[in-house]
Amino acid sequence: MLKEYKSIVNVSGPLLHVEGLEGVKYEELVEIRLVDGSIRNGKVLEVDGDKALVQVFEGTTGIETEKTSVRFLGRGIHMYVSPDILGKVFTGLGRPKTERDKIIPEKSIDINGAPINPYARDYPNEFIQTGISSIDGLNTLVRGQKLPIFSGSGLPHNRIAAQIARQAAVLGKKEEFAVVFVAIGITFEESQFFISDFEKSGAISRSVLILNLANDPAIERIATPRVGLTCAEYLAFELNMHVLVILTDMTNYCEALKEVSAARKEVPGRRGYPGYLYTDLATIYERAGRIKGKTGSITQIPILTMPEDDKTHPIPDLTGYITEGQIILSRSLHKKKLSPPIDVLPSLSRLKDKGIGKGKTREDHSDIFNQLYAAYARGKEVQELAVILGEAALTDMDKIYFKFAENFENEYVSQGEYENRSIEKTLDLGWKLLSIFPREELKRIRDEYLDKYLPRFKKEEPGES
Amino acid sequence: MSKLGKIIKVAGPLVVAENMTGSKMFDIVSVSEKKLMGEIIGFSGDAASIQVYEETGGIGVGEPVYPTGVPLTVELGPGIIESIYDGIQRPLNKIYDKAGDYITRGVQVEALDTEKKWKFEPIAKKGDNVSEGDFLGFVQETPIIKHYIMVPFGTAGEIKSIEDGEFTIKDTVACIKTKNGDVDVKMVQKWPVREQRPYTEKISPDMPLFTGQRVIDMFFPLARGGTACVPGPFGSGKTVIQHQLAKWVDAEVIVYIGCGERGNEMTDVLLEFPELVDPKSGIPLMKRTVMIANTSNMPVAAREASVYTGITIAEYFRDMGYSVALLADSTSRWAEAMREISGRLEEMPGEEGYPAYLGAKIASFYERSGVVKCLSGENDRVGALSVIGAVSPPGGDLSDPVVQATLRVVKVFWSLEANLAYSRHFPAISWLNSYSLYIDNISDYVKKNVKDDYFDLQTEAMRILEKESELEEIVRLVGMDALSAEDRLILLTARMIREDFLHQNAFHEVDTYSPVEKQYKMMDLIIYFYNQARDYIKLGADIKLIETMKVRNRIARMKYIKNTEIEKIDTIKEEINTEISSLIEE
Ligand SMILES: Nc1ncnc2c1ncn2[C@@H]1O[C@H](COP(=O)(O)OP(=O)(O)O)[C@@H](O)[C@H]1O
Ligand SMILES: [Mg+2]
Repeated sequence: MLKEYKSIVNVSGPLLHVEGLEGVKYEELVEIRLVDGSIRNGKVLEVDGDKALVQVFEGTTGIETEKTSVRFLGRGIHMYVSPDILGKVFTGLGRPKTERDKIIPEKSIDINGAPINPYARDYPNEFIQTGISSIDGLNTLVRGQKLPIFSGSGLPHNRIAAQIARQAAVLGKKEEFAVVFVAIGITFEESQFFISDFEKSGAISRSVLILNLANDPAIERIATPRVGLTCAEYLAFELNMHVLVILTDMTNYCEALKEVSAARKEVPGRRGYPGYLYTDLATIYERAGRIKGKTGSITQIPILTMPEDDKTHPIPDLTGYITEGQIILSRSLHKKKLSPPIDVLPSLSRLKDKGIGKGKTREDHSDIFNQLYAAYARGKEVQELAVILGEAALTDMDKIYFKFAENFENEYVSQGEYENRSIEKTLDLGWKLLSIFPREELKRIRDEYLDKYLPRFKKEEPGES
Repeated sequence: MSKLGKIIKVAGPLVVAENMTGSKMFDIVSVSEKKLMGEIIGFSGDAASIQVYEETGGIGVGEPVYPTGVPLTVELGPGIIESIYDGIQRPLNKIYDKAGDYITRGVQVEALDTEKKWKFEPIAKKGDNVSEGDFLGFVQETPIIKHYIMVPFGTAGEIKSIEDGEFTIKDTVACIKTKNGDVDVKMVQKWPVREQRPYTEKISPDMPLFTGQRVIDMFFPLARGGTACVPGPFGSGKTVIQHQLAKWVDAEVIVYIGCGERGNEMTDVLLEFPELVDPKSGIPLMKRTVMIANTSNMPVAAREASVYTGITIAEYFRDMGYSVALLADSTSRWAEAMREISGRLEEMPGEEGYPAYLGAKIASFYERSGVVKCLSGENDRVGALSVIGAVSPPGGDLSDPVVQATLRVVKVFWSLEANLAYSRHFPAISWLNSYSLYIDNISDYVKKNVKDDYFDLQTEAMRILEKESELEEIVRLVGMDALSAEDRLILLTARMIREDFLHQNAFHEVDTYSPVEKQYKMMDLIIYFYNQARDYIKLGADIKLIETMKVRNRIARMKYIKNTEIEKIDTIKEEINTEISSLIEE
């Protein structure tokens, strides 16, 4: 029999201090019954003697110390799952959103999960074609990777994520991704954008939606990504599916964590975020990957908006330290109307090296990649120089770099929301753009590939004739 | 046995238990019936603060704490090489066998295989007088590692008996008659991780530790037994450098600590190392490697312990006279683990919330490196432990307390720059900001054993690079036309040094490892080109002709010349001469 306590002594922010308790466990799930009979959920953050500190997911508005009662449920927060979760919608705490979202659970799983044993992991190395050149060619995504999008407010991160979800395919395989879409504090409109896109593409029947919207309780967001990842792990490692998880917006998650930390009066780390933000984020982002002997996989695309477009802000910074690369969007490219406005220089896919090359994409991929980066970086430098000195002051070679950087942004990076480019097309486009350089300048490409590919593109170059 | 403690508080990885008199600081305890492993890190009256190495969810007030009376130790003996451990020396493969894909709590596994039989070959004989550190015998643990069995610390006397044959680590292989009675020696010994292993004497490093990475060996070299740090923002190449060193560094034993970093990076090493072979011995790299993996999502207290577990294992092999390299990626995560625990203990925070003792902990960690005369009564065995730590400062900002505390103690600084990484110039080690304080120590050795003018070439190359950065300022103000032909040659040569020498692709089958002989030839060639071209310019030649010389293409590709064919680099010199003379004729 679970005991009920009416011994809340203090309410501060999202936290309750409860006294006179017995047998309460750390991280235990708590049920809070308000005077009006409504029920809220909480989690034990600390037990100290007969006292406990409880974080209330739905917030503490309306809770008073006299009549509110508290029950400790003896277990952590669980998500109830069965294969029927596909096509269903859940709240940020993993409860069915409406009657039609109810399922007959097959099992219940603690949403915190457990760390995957590094020894049990299999290295992600299967190329995912997203149809977006600046991703496939330069920041290649592989199945089982965690690759976030670092965006800014007003930038089209949602469109890019939706385009990836729509177009993502593994070459030569028919399997389609199941999608776990996790909305963390985003607006109704934004979430509706994704849902209608899933409906149009038919992905909706293979999707699980976990929704905590802007007007839903903020503290609940601490649980929301974990609910989503619990579903993803179930689908991937028990039902053998390839799962694409979209988490948006992780900035709202971090804000919720900060709020709790502030209410606990913890010594803040950088810019007011808790010192354990890195560790906490890792327990979310590391829930991606492949496992030896299992066919399923979890590919994570977290989205976050960088406060003030600042990459060194703790949220993007710590995320970048955990995830396997990052796709960074640029406001200036967006203003130039490039779509998608991906800033390729600071973007990175750490897992690309094992996902590209012969038998995966094409033998010349890695060299083309290196050359495009080197040339574009130099081209950007030259462009800056030209701003100061004028284009006329550039050397002949620098003029080519200048032109290259322009072409690269307009043709390679920019492609529009509905163009789905094959990897062949992306790689060929790279050759075409590089062909404006004299061969000697292409130092990062092996001779054999220059021999094999360059002539095909050189003759098309009008400047040559 | 002391009495049971009782939990009075649980806050994340920190548990407080009362009734703990009888236990000591840093004793290991077992928390609750789930038997979670923890370590005492503070006392207040009879209440002990305990950092718990496993998740504490579900633990509550009133549950028992079982004292063990011993500190956190590692088990040292045959079977360590090729292992992958978590931060408290639990083999991850055995956890996997027991618990499956996820690391569940309370899994108890032996650090070393206690059933496997090893062939023990004696070195000492019956009747020999031996003291601590002396070799009793060895086990050929892998084709390249002789695992010496040493007389345990604090033991000395006459060998009463010594075996020869197949034994497990629990069997007695020798018996030593000491002042205090007979001591049975087994092949395994324990050592408390927070205590450095003793040696006779420290010696200052005087040999280089080559890594096959050009920017390191030529510009900012390591010394055997030295220390280095690699700070840089995310994506700047810290982990790749650590992996490259683990693969190619000229050491005999590698200890790789993945401290609070990505799971897949450890998997990468696990899958790749058995395939890659050591260029010297031709044996798979795994046969000289020990891995500690306490990834970012694994418990934070065990992450704190992981660096100590790693360095103790490294010291143990150093004591056998090996040159050991320890790579820690990333020490910042270790520091953050300290910060987190310190915060829960409500200690007075210092800079950025780090505990005030951060600097002291970092210094004493790196101080466990060095070249030492090993503890042993009979010979001059010398071992070396080199320590290379990655540092991950927030936002790449080098004023970070962990970076600053590290720079105060290490002798080599490889500064990674985001801008180099963005243009995919790897390794993104800044040639202007990095330094090595070992050049004086090792220059005699290098002159004698590699090339007399090795460091002269380096000095000349460095001068050109520094000059380049000055000239770039001028170009930015007034344009390229303002430069003299000689200055433009400097820019051209600097670019060659950067692109054709410093840039090194870790994922290219040849370029990934560059032996020093090849590095020397490459640098020598670029400087040769520079000198020839400069003479030619002095004759009034047009710089544009030099900029478009065909031989530059061959120079650009010399890094891809196979390590077995490096003489081919010499032939490029002739081509330089021929091309310049043909230019002169024109
Ligand atoms: N020497 C190198 N050669 C080629 N690529 C490299 C090299 N060093 C780093 N990289 C690239 O940079 C990426 C990030 O490097 P990594 O070492 O993981 O950075 P960090 O540990 O500093 O975050 C790698 O995934 C790889 O693509
Ligand atoms: Mg790293």
